[in-house]
Amino acid sequence: MEVGQMQSRLADYTKSLFMEGILDAQFLQLQQLQDESNPDFVVEVVSLFFDDSEKLLNDIARALDQQCVDFKKIDAHVHQLKGSSSSVGAQRVKNACVAFRNFCEEQNAEESRRCLQQVKQEYYLVKNKLETLFTLEQQIVAAGGSVPMIELSF
Amino acid sequence: MSFSAPSMENGFSSPRNESFPAGLRVLVVDDDPTWLKILEKMLKKCSYEVTTCGLAREALKLLRERKDGYDIVISDVNMPDMDGFKLLEHVGLEMDLPVLMMSVDGETSRVMKGVQHGACDYLLKPIRMKELRNIWQHVFRKKIHEIRDIESHDSYDGIQISRNGSELSDDGHMFCGEDLAYVKKRKDFENKHDDIGDHSSTKKHRVVWSVDLHQKFVKAVNQIGFDSKYEVGPKKILDLMNVPWLTRENVASHLQKYRLYLSRLQKENDLKASLGGIKLSDLPSKDPAGSFGLQSSINGNQNDVPNGRYQFSGDNFFAQDVDSKNHEGDLKRVVSETKRTLTADLPDPQDMRTQMSFDHSFGSLDSEVNFAAIPAPYSWSKAPENQFKEEHKPLLQLEDGFSQLPPSGIHNHIQIDDPLQSASSITSGLSMTGREICGPEKIKPLYPQYSSNHMSILSPKESAFDSFPVQSKSQMVKHQSFEPISTAISSMKPQGFNLSCITDFESCQRNLISATDSTFEPFNEDLTVCWLEGDCHSMNFGLPNVEFTDYIDPGFIAEFPIYLCDTLTSDTECPFDPPEYSIVDQGLFLS
Repeated sequence: MEVGQMQSRLADYTKSLFMEGILDAQFLQLQQLQDESNPDFVVEVVSLFFDDSEKLLNDIARALDQQCVDFKKIDAHVHQLKGSSSSVGAQRVKNACVAFRNFCEEQNAEESRRCLQQVKQEYYLVKNKLETLFTLEQQIVAAGGSVPMIELSF
Repeated sequence: MSFSAPSMENGFSSPRNESFPAGLRVLVVDDDPTWLKILEKMLKKCSYEVTTCGLAREALKLLRERKDGYDIVISDVNMPDMDGFKLLEHVGLEMDLPVLMMSVDGETSRVMKGVQHGACDYLLKPIRMKELRNIWQHVFRKKIHEIRDIESHDSYDGIQISRNGSELSDDGHMFCGEDLAYVKKRKDFENKHDDIGDHSSTKKHRVVWSVDLHQKFVKAVNQIGFDSKYEVGPKKILDLMNVPWLTRENVASHLQKYRLYLSRLQKENDLKASLGGIKLSDLPSKDPAGSFGLQSSINGNQNDVPNGRYQFSGDNFFAQDVDSKNHEGDLKRVVSETKRTLTADLPDPQDMRTQMSFDHSFGSLDSEVNFAAIPAPYSWSKAPENQFKEEHKPLLQLEDGFSQLPPSGIHNHIQIDDPLQSASSITSGLSMTGREICGPEKIKPLYPQYSSNHMSILSPKESAFDSFPVQSKSQMVKHQSFEPISTAISSMKPQGFNLSCITDFESCQRNLISATDSTFEPFNEDLTVCWLEGDCHSMNFGLPNVEFTDYIDPGFIAEFPIYLCDTLTSDTECPFDPPEYSIVDQGLFLS
């Protein structure tokens, strides 16, 4: 596949992520922040997000497994996850966190577990998508091309 | 592009003057590593100088280490080691820097809390570049307010300044120059009236209440005895302190602040004891002494903080009880001399803020506390109510009422009267834990430096200082050496408490004109806030902490009011300069 094709494939792919609500405008912001002095900025930030999120998800899972569930703590974790997902534009993850927090407030363990599953699902989805996106970018760069800036009107 | 202002590591350089707001020194605090990275990048893109921090405590440490090292702080609300609001309070009290809060949670109650605690703004995540680009306005606004406060200590209408301000061009620096020039002229004019003697004697030096000095103070107070609170008078304290250059007025002013502080702590303690949600009206109206009722700790968990940080909005603290005459031993009447009073007609939002910060702790304690112009339960001021009316400052925003100083015609009033009365009503709570009082070790006795600076800067313009209300921290600052206001102020500001608006202002003015900051640098460095809270656990006032605990609530310990940093202006050359009082008080709240 030649560079031009790869680039349009990437563009379409990225756009679809926005259309499906997996990513929001914040991701665009990140891309715009990237520059020559920081060519891997987006990848770095997203990596931080992945690490942080996985840790949080584990903490939440562990907390929910306790005999006596500490909802306050879980809520704090979910809040954190909400914050970091908003940092990269992982919109669906963020929304799932919002719902999760409501159940934490109600101290509903059953629903909370369900929410955790939901959040996890969204998280793995966005992780998968972003990894694919980065791979596409790498391929373009490897082929000597440059990654086009997505232009979307939000 | 990563713009790095050529500021020196010590933060004293002020490349900013050239192209404000470029080079604005921002400290970002957020436990989320992702956000920290993003914000750093965004701020750099705005040409700001960024320092990131993942922990609140670390942030405070950084701020304290470099008093003048930052212009503005941006902090997340939720952090593991310390509540963002607490950090906010600390910063407001100790360094008097503008603080912006951030959160992914935009609930009204949270935002409200942020404002109550003194936040300049509350940003919602995800944060956009455009929001960050404009944060310099908070720095600038603060400077203007300070200038204004300085200017209006004589009930001068600060509107002039603000008007000038509105003419501000993109280049804040430019504006400052004009403004400063204007203010300076005014000051000079006023000085002529105030000038009571030769140049040197009219210089109003702010007394810097260093840790040592405060220790002496507290020791003296303790000696007199808490029980005889009504007898605790500045004169007695002064005698006991045996500090030759200190005036009774200095002590009186400081005493007032101290009382306020204690009162506030007491109040907090009480509030805490009764749990949050206590309405102001529920607060018992204590007698003047008791009214100090400051909660011992703004937040009970203050004690958790290793350094017993306390939050004081330096600004708020200066409740100078201007009309104290009417209230014998009525501590309550804390007049906030601070800026609020200074700006006659301007309901200074800043004041509001500072006020908020003052009682932000309260806010945290009692979420239901309502803002009341004059809180009924104002525990310590019953009579003052009437007085409040006089004040044009909406000081009464105090929620908790305590510690809020109903500004009673503050400006121009010599606090001297007040201290006398206040002194007597100082509760035994005066004992401050040494821990609380002492600021971090870093506090240096400014005095010596000041004097040297002062000496060197003497000039005909000096007289302008005299009429400066000493704002915020007592600083014997000689404006002369200040850098242009934009930088000077910002640099001054961070000094815990110490910045005397006026002095800074003056210097700024001068600087603006002279654009020399060389002398300022060292000066700034030396301006240390007298009272830095908490951290200085190692500080030893010379009074065993144990003593204090006898008298005060543990909560007190955590809070050493910044107000203690007495901005009393005391002329180094001429320690006895009564007219300076009002100035001092006013200057006090400059934090």
